[in-house]
Amino acid sequence: MTAADFHGKTELALMSSDVTMRETFIETVTAAMDTDPRIAVVTADISAGNFTEARSRHPERVVNVGIREQAMIGVTGGLALTGLRPVAHSYTPFLIERPFEQIKLDLGHQDVGAILVSIGASYDDPVWGRTHQAPGDVALIDTLPGWTIHVPGHQDEVRSLLTTALAGDDRVYLRLSTRRNARAYPTGAGFTPVRLGNKGVVVAVGPTLDAVLAATSTVDVTVLYTATVRPFDHAGLRDAVGSNANVVLVEPYLQGTSAHEVTTALADTPHRLLALGVGRDSEVRAYGTAEQHDAVHGLDPAGLHHSITRFVG
Amino acid sequence: MTQGISRRGWSELPDLFKRMTGDEKHEWAATSTLPTLWTLYDRVLDVSPERVDDPDRDRFLLSKGHGPMAYYAVLAAKGFLDPSTLDNWTDFGSPLGQHPDRVLVPGVEISAGSLGHGLALGVGQVLGLRAQGRTKPRVFVLVGDGEFDEGSNHEAIALAGRLGLDRLTVVAIDNGSASHGWPGGMASRFAVEGWDTVTVDGRDQEALYHAFTEEHPGRPRAVVAMIREEGAE
Repeated sequence: MTAADFHGKTELALMSSDVTMRETFIETVTAAMDTDPRIAVVTADISAGNFTEARSRHPERVVNVGIREQAMIGVTGGLALTGLRPVAHSYTPFLIERPFEQIKLDLGHQDVGAILVSIGASYDDPVWGRTHQAPGDVALIDTLPGWTIHVPGHQDEVRSLLTTALAGDDRVYLRLSTRRNARAYPTGAGFTPVRLGNKGVVVAVGPTLDAVLAATSTVDVTVLYTATVRPFDHAGLRDAVGSNANVVLVEPYLQGTSAHEVTTALADTPHRLLALGVGRDSEVRAYGTAEQHDAVHGLDPAGLHHSITRFVG
Repeated sequence: MTQGISRRGWSELPDLFKRMTGDEKHEWAATSTLPTLWTLYDRVLDVSPERVDDPDRDRFLLSKGHGPMAYYAVLAAKGFLDPSTLDNWTDFGSPLGQHPDRVLVPGVEISAGSLGHGLALGVGQVLGLRAQGRTKPRVFVLVGDGEFDEGSNHEAIALAGRLGLDRLTVVAIDNGSASHGWPGGMASRFAVEGWDTVTVDGRDQEALYHAFTEEHPGRPRAVVAMIREEGAE
């Protein structure tokens, strides 16, 4: 199978499952390009066909570089150096991991902004195996200064987060997924309290919220929701914690990615922290469904219920 | 007229070099780029210290980043840098390091040092300028033959060739430093991707000038500047 075939099949698989966040992304960017001449799109074959309409209206501002991810980010940096607002997009490992030095140097070190939009998340479609999984993406971006990181849990959150990002000139990572919650929550600065309780505070990030709510339906804990993990809402966490210092972090990517933020937020508050997420200890050599992988990592409602109840007592 | 200024400026370069300390680790690389840098800044690039933010200026991207003494000396000779800045280069607090940082030095177009980044950045600049209707500015990217090992260059070469970016010129300095060499010459790597190519003596400023100013409509141009060892200082 050639690389082009493979990318084509990836696209088909995504289209046949759940494309809502990705479609919202494409619609939002396409519409914004009509009114904002700064916006440009850079793809590396993946989703290139979805920007046909945008390309027909703005041929000079939609660039498909082929399957060349280093060039994709380099070109993105060059566009930004001329004053444009570039949006680069690919599958998570090919957007973040493969051209990571370009992200570090061609964007950050050049002191320019860009919006990186990924699809595939940690393991949206595990039939493709490890090569198409990137649970470390947020942790990687988190090693670089000046990035805002959004992990939306619903397509309506994608629209508002993206609209704000397109109007800015900073560095933004927007992590899309086919996993999503039943409803959207307001986006913007700060955590949103979804449920109030007394025995601890659970921070649910993006698409983990519905599983967290199911897991804690009989547990006396506060549940905070956020689609934005960088910057991390230190004050919001402190307020929610008060003197009850049991904190559970549930993230849909590498376990403990935001643990250092909790540590910083609660530096003056004696606290306990349970950080849940995609396991670090071994590579899961299995295909199947995303739900099956959730269960392996304890991110399904049953696994979360077990971990959280044991932790808060 | 221009020639007088040119000769005077060129003759001042050794003194500007002397202002930088003698611990330069890439002296050979630095001097191999000097004729190219001088020709560009003296006779080719439409840019000046007063226009470092002009969107219609020409851009020069020192992709390889290493051996920046020649670059700093030329920038100082052309008024982008106060020559006194050269005296304490690489010190903490100096804007001048062993690799240039665009944030610290007005007139430096890209921060470089890690090899293989400048070409794709240049492609993006040409595309970005074109998208804004700015078809006049040219973008020059200097790469080294050792740097050319990095695969990222070849992604950008293929892309620029297919897109026919005629506002882009690459100056490839070939001083034989690539461990495994480039059989058939560096120019062939560009030519196969549809670039206009020319190979010149990298110390012949007249030949460089013509290579940098000849039209190459519809295609990017690669100027391979050969530096022979006997030219080493």
